[in-house]
Amino acid sequence: MEILGLLLEGFAVALEPINLALIVAGCIAGLFIGAMPGLGSVNGVAILLPMTFLVPPTSAIIFLGSLYYGAMYGGAISSIMLGIPGASTAVATTFDGRPMALQGKADRALVAAATASFVGGTISVVLFTLFAPPLADFALAFGPPEEFALLMLAFATFIGLGGDDIPKTFFSIFIGLMFSAVGLDIVSGNPRLIFFDLPGFYHGINFLVLAIGIYGIGEILWTVETTRGEMVVSRAAVTIRGVVRALADLRHNIRSMLMGSFLGYFVGILPAAGATPGSLMAYGVARTMSKNPETYGKGNVDGVVAPESANNAASTGSMLPMLTLGIPGSPTTAILLGGMVIWGLEPGPMLFIEHKEFVWGLIASLYAANLFALLINIAFIPAFLMVLRMPFTVLAPVIFILCVVGGYAPTQDMHDVWLMLIFGVMGYLMRKLDYPLAPAVLAIVLGPLAEASVRQSLIMAHGSFGIFFERPISAIIMAIAIGLFAWPLIMVVRRLVGPARAD
Amino acid sequence: MRRAELVMALVMAAFSLYIMWKSTELPVGWIEGEGPGGGAFPFWLAAGMLVCCGWIVLRWARRQSPPSRSEEPYMDRTALRVFAIGAGSLLAMIGLIHIVGVYVVIPLYLIFYMRGIGHHAWSVTAPLALAMPVAAFLFFEIALKITLPKGYTEPAFYPLYEMLL
Repeated sequence: MEILGLLLEGFAVALEPINLALIVAGCIAGLFIGAMPGLGSVNGVAILLPMTFLVPPTSAIIFLGSLYYGAMYGGAISSIMLGIPGASTAVATTFDGRPMALQGKADRALVAAATASFVGGTISVVLFTLFAPPLADFALAFGPPEEFALLMLAFATFIGLGGDDIPKTFFSIFIGLMFSAVGLDIVSGNPRLIFFDLPGFYHGINFLVLAIGIYGIGEILWTVETTRGEMVVSRAAVTIRGVVRALADLRHNIRSMLMGSFLGYFVGILPAAGATPGSLMAYGVARTMSKNPETYGKGNVDGVVAPESANNAASTGSMLPMLTLGIPGSPTTAILLGGMVIWGLEPGPMLFIEHKEFVWGLIASLYAANLFALLINIAFIPAFLMVLRMPFTVLAPVIFILCVVGGYAPTQDMHDVWLMLIFGVMGYLMRKLDYPLAPAVLAIVLGPLAEASVRQSLIMAHGSFGIFFERPISAIIMAIAIGLFAWPLIMVVRRLVGPARAD
Repeated sequence: MRRAELVMALVMAAFSLYIMWKSTELPVGWIEGEGPGGGAFPFWLAAGMLVCCGWIVLRWARRQSPPSRSEEPYMDRTALRVFAIGAGSLLAMIGLIHIVGVYVVIPLYLIFYMRGIGHHAWSVTAPLALAMPVAAFLFFEIALKITLPKGYTEPAFYPLYEMLL
């Protein structure tokens, strides 16, 4: 019951006129950003975060949270109409969404995607409301060793579940952590890693510089290069009758929606997994569960419903560890977490005690954002179809300019803008060689916490690494983390041993 | 692609070595009563980066990673052209900000990109090129009180400040 009271207070915050306006603005911005091929929630949040300095932190996160949701809805639009995922999170939606559009059932696919997103979002926010307070309570007992163990677990998920090239993933984590060490040493206050004695390095490397560099400049360079071909927009006539009929037909797809929602939520909580693998897994499970799996890939509504409910649920799931533990569950929440630090809020369990209005305002706004995203999405489908025809030669320069002024604003130092350009170009060049970049962004955000927790732990234990294994909670988390780190190794050994046994 | 994979790994290995050397400006060992020295954290991270580069090179030699097997060029002509335009124009834009400031560069950049590369009509380009610097000014200078760099055009803004602030 206590939760209900807190949630009501949260709604009082979320429904303040300015916040309500920001929810609507965030949903619209998110829908547009999600609908544009190549741009997803992470790009939107990275590029627009500096613009939120205008409003108080609670309003800022409400706006960015709504944008996150909107982008999850919007991603489906270009997946269905263009056959190009609007964001990586909507890849699975193309499998059946595009065939539906080609069969002239684009309106049904769009309505199914929007409704599934709504169901996934709503179920996951309810789960979030129930899970967050107890988890935060539990986390209050954590000391530096537990914190460090959790961070190890977060990084270990990238190795064990990320599916990318392993040495390159490790490299990405290390380089992100190393960049976070630039500036002044947290203990002695001595200058550290001041490259070429440039004064700009004394204030450290702001995580936004890396995030905007990679997700703004690097990604746009990548998108401009990969989408050079012509795109074909499917035609969709959306009528009120069609929408009503499509909604009524969706009663056959409730099972897939529920499955996608629960699966997506729990996958979303894991740091490396997030919405993209969550939606792909939901698609796979839906097909396996189906009585006629051969219809998948040829325009089965379940194939749109399952991944779309999962990616929205996962986006909520990824906020759970961000708010309760201070460990982001996805690249987008990593940037939100960095934003919270800029706004002077310390993420983690204390947030639930010291900044109740912030936490519950955000949770309540997620309920509201979900509803608005659904309504705006269905009402303005034609407007979003126009976005898909917007040429990149208009979009790219506008985004580049937003990146440059956005990179300048937090520190007001041109040094950071140059650094951002270098990160963007290097990020683009490395991405072409399959270096995963999300771990680096996560690492630069978590770096200061990682260093502080490991150094405090070692001081507590007089230099013995045993401390991480002597305390029960930290030992369990560490054991899981080590298991995940070792997982690829175990697979390699099994591959080597396997054929021998078959002989 | 194969050559690019090796070159990237070697460049990053050299970078790791540089960071390791740079970290030793602060003590990297254990300081009695204080815990690990200030340089220890980045030193061992850079050491980790170096190990990863070695691992990447090893996989390259055994042709285990996809880029090390790929026969495709790292950048074909179109990719190179697109990259040169994108990165080059950004370089020029940021460089020019130091000289003529943000508010002159924004319209110039939009005109260059939309007219020069996109071949859009003036009717599309001009409104955007005019609206964007005005919006940026209102948003940053007036609402957020963040002054964007103006280079030599700074004095031109004094009357505006007096009027609006």
